[in-house]
Amino acid sequence: MINTPDYTMERMVRVIKVLRTVHRFNGYIHMKSIPGASQQLVHEAGLYADRLSVNIEIPTEQNLKMLAPEKDHESVYKPMLYIQQGVLESAEERAKHRSAPRFAPAGQSTQMIIGATDETDKQILFTSAALYNRPSMKRVYYSGYIPVNSYDTRLPALKQAPLVRENRLYQADWLLRFYEFKVDEIVDDKNPDLDLEIDPKLAWALRHPEAFPVDINKADYAMILRIPGIGVKSAKLIVMSRRYNKLKSADLKKMGIVMKKAQYFITCNELAVQNVSDSSPEYVRKVLTEKKLPKNAPDPNQLALIFE
Amino acid sequence: MTIFHYDKTFEGLLTAVFDAYNRKTFPDRLLAIDEPEPLFVDELFTVVSDEEKSKRVWKGLTKKLQHNTCNMITYAWLSELPGSDELIFRYIRKTFDNKQSIETNFADDDVLQLKKLAQKVNHERHRLIELVRFQKASDEIFFAPVSPDHNSLPLTLDHFADRFADQKWVIYDTRRNYGFYYDMKTITEMTLDSTDLFPKGKLDEKLMAEDEKLYQELWKGYFKAMTIKERINLKLQRQHLPKRYWKYLTEKQ
Repeated sequence: MINTPDYTMERMVRVIKVLRTVHRFNGYIHMKSIPGASQQLVHEAGLYADRLSVNIEIPTEQNLKMLAPEKDHESVYKPMLYIQQGVLESAEERAKHRSAPRFAPAGQSTQMIIGATDETDKQILFTSAALYNRPSMKRVYYSGYIPVNSYDTRLPALKQAPLVRENRLYQADWLLRFYEFKVDEIVDDKNPDLDLEIDPKLAWALRHPEAFPVDINKADYAMILRIPGIGVKSAKLIVMSRRYNKLKSADLKKMGIVMKKAQYFITCNELAVQNVSDSSPEYVRKVLTEKKLPKNAPDPNQLALIFE
Repeated sequence: MTIFHYDKTFEGLLTAVFDAYNRKTFPDRLLAIDEPEPLFVDELFTVVSDEEKSKRVWKGLTKKLQHNTCNMITYAWLSELPGSDELIFRYIRKTFDNKQSIETNFADDDVLQLKKLAQKVNHERHRLIELVRFQKASDEIFFAPVSPDHNSLPLTLDHFADRFADQKWVIYDTRRNYGFYYDMKTITEMTLDSTDLFPKGKLDEKLMAEDEKLYQELWKGYFKAMTIKERINLKLQRQHLPKRYWKYLTEKQ
């Protein structure tokens, strides 16, 4: 940041204005808005950019204060609110007359850094869920922390960015946005962190064996979405196709459902596989997380011949 | 076994549908005009493409099917994969023979396959839009060679005419040897006599605009500077940028 937030923001807005009006650049522009920028400048930026983002960076305010005492969440949330107002006003205007100017048509996004401070996944996901409740928020990005210097002792020394955790957070994020999950179903006080070994949807299913098996031919869409191994697209295919005929496991396989996972959680016309309520969540977990032996590896159950 | 020969055009395929209903015999195989028949043929028929007939079939389809599904049929046709014509034939037949729409019955193999095929072409259309790299020639025309697996180039033209409305450009399919030229007003189909002008997907340096080399260097430098070493993930990169496109990507040279 150079000088004040408004000074930097004003220069950035000037750049995208030139790109759009002088160079006639028609492509996608995603602009990072500076925390603490004024409403006029954010409004001006929204007229030229497709998407605006203001980065939260650290999910809780006290940790942000520890790393950057001069920063606060207020300066992030205010521009976010300006963007939201701009998007809603523009939508209203455009409903009246189509020639009204568009304002950040691709909405806004934000980013949080994961692993630099000691937030639990619960804190992170509750923050995201609250953000998604706002109308114009399209995406929250989770970015694994990569150390840039070794002298700042407030930051952890990591060899590798926490990639698995990042991946699990994105999976949880998808559950919030597309799978009709509520945030307290994914993480709660008993499970404040996501399971790194299995994905959050499978984890939910194993915590709730009483909800399964689900009958593919009868259950409603929301329940089919919750079956591990079935995604949004295949859930829609199932709901559409079962009006014609009862679906069999062969049909499901062809539609692209991951039967390896799904078989423990469904019933359909035939299919008599041991499901999660007959056996136990622990057993299903063990089977699904078992590491596959590399090809050609000796079978550990077979004794070696020791004739020499 | 009943065999229809036709000229392997979309119009010909629709005419074949018309003729089949007219004759009340339905082909087990659809072959090109000069393709040899298998043994034991009961009935042979050669379809003569007819605009009137094909239009009637298409009109019937647009009445019975949603707009999207009609698009899916054209997309599946553009896949140019062997057997896609027979699949489309079966799909059209099921559409006409059933009182109720079969569009969402994905337990039916033909319906599912047609959707998957259309999806494949659509994915390639997206990838073309993402991965086309233009090179500026000395006559101010922006040139981009492509070689898609399916014939998906025509599906991208609306996008490019919108996006680069104030530039002249040519996108050329080197595999099918045809392309499209946009002169800031209309798009016209074109064929080049030889592809010597752009060996290996690169425009000949003599034909490049003066500053083109510099822009390519700039783009490569940008690509390098934006790389985050800690997050290099080659497997993921290959998923998003399949290797068969690399020869046209400036940043990958």
